Amino acid sequence: MSPHDHDHDHDAAFALRTEALEALMTERGLVPPGAIEAIVRHYEQDVGPLNGARVVARAWADPAYRARLLADATGAIAELGFSGPQGEHMVAVENGPRVHNVVVCTLCSCYPWPVLGLPPSWYKDPAYRSRIVREPRRVLAEMGLALPEDVEIRVWDSSAEIRYLVLPERPAGTEGWDEARLVPLATRDAMIGVARAASPGDGDRA
Amino acid sequence: MDGIHDLGGMQGFGPVPWSASEPSFHASWEGRVFALASLAIAAGVANPDAFRHAIERLDPVTYLTAGYYGRWLAATELLMKERAGKTLSPLASPGTLRAVDGAPRFALGDRVRTRRLHPSGHTRLPRYARGLRGTIALVHPSFVFPDTNAHERGENPEHVYAVRFAARELWGEGAEEGVQVYVDCFEGYLEPDVP
Repeated sequence: MSPHDHDHDHDAAFALRTEALEALMTERGLVPPGAIEAIVRHYEQDVGPLNGARVVARAWADPAYRARLLADATGAIAELGFSGPQGEHMVAVENGPRVHNVVVCTLCSCYPWPVLGLPPSWYKDPAYRSRIVREPRRVLAEMGLALPEDVEIRVWDSSAEIRYLVLPERPAGTEGWDEARLVPLATRDAMIGVARAASPGDGDRA
Repeated sequence: MDGIHDLGGMQGFGPVPWSASEPSFHASWEGRVFALASLAIAAGVANPDAFRHAIERLDPVTYLTAGYYGRWLAATELLMKERAGKTLSPLASPGTLRAVDGAPRFALGDRVRTRRLHPSGHTRLPRYARGLRGTIALVHPSFVFPDTNAHERGENPEHVYAVRFAARELWGEGAEEGVQVYVDCFEGYLEPDVP
């Protein structure tokens, strides 16, 4: 049996169990008509890292907004219309020439849904969760971000209900750019802290 | 509980399986499980802390092999079974921020020590950060206390602090240089570090 067949069987078994769970919950009156589809649609279409990118681009373009974001991230993010579960109390942590922030949840997979959407698989993987608190310099280098020794790494383990958003450094060569043009440079990985913001002309890791 | 979910600092998991972008859900069952778990929590089958604890109670092999939404599925199945026949009351107040009487016990810059807690139930103090010295780096608002709320023993809100630990305090002599790890700690996890 190839690994692919195994994945397929695994998936088929989970799909069957999901149908059974849905039937049980429906029987108990816990599934209003259309509720499942509405939730799935919301997380597939309405939230994702583009929300966070708008927050970051505004902070890069507008110093007053940046100050508000660092002082009260929840309020500043709500100004752009983003709030909801897993975003109840947000903190923004700012990268600089000598400081690099990176976020993890070692105990489960807490992630700021309203600004980044649902977490990618690697963020939820035991490898990331176990290693980034213990050897962040090595893990980041493996992921393509080799930081100079004089850059302090700050790892934020979101072990309570506070959710962290990394404010990456604004890339060089973007002087005079407006907010809309900056948005695509604020990538998901930069806002988790496993990458720098994309540079003008970068096609990778967007 | 000292379970498999408490992964911080464990060794042997290999490279991070990074990918550039991926769909919110890889198969339609994943989205449906996410929605079903959300509906179960909203209906009061379990509060969010009890849901997390149900995931922690899965056996370690299942935890590591089922994947994220496989764990959500197994935890929701478990809770539906445990709560069968019980009357459900929807969550009284949404979210986890709660006011408390009294000022925070600790202030920015205070030296603290985490307690050496090894409860058999739910806790949000990771194993790697127990019994160690750190510094209060941020004073957060107060939140529902997961250690009791997960077991239906009340919300008992407490102040929360981001505690900064030097990597060497956590990992000893082989620790990476220039690394600080911040762990969000409920007030009850901390005591003053008296020299």
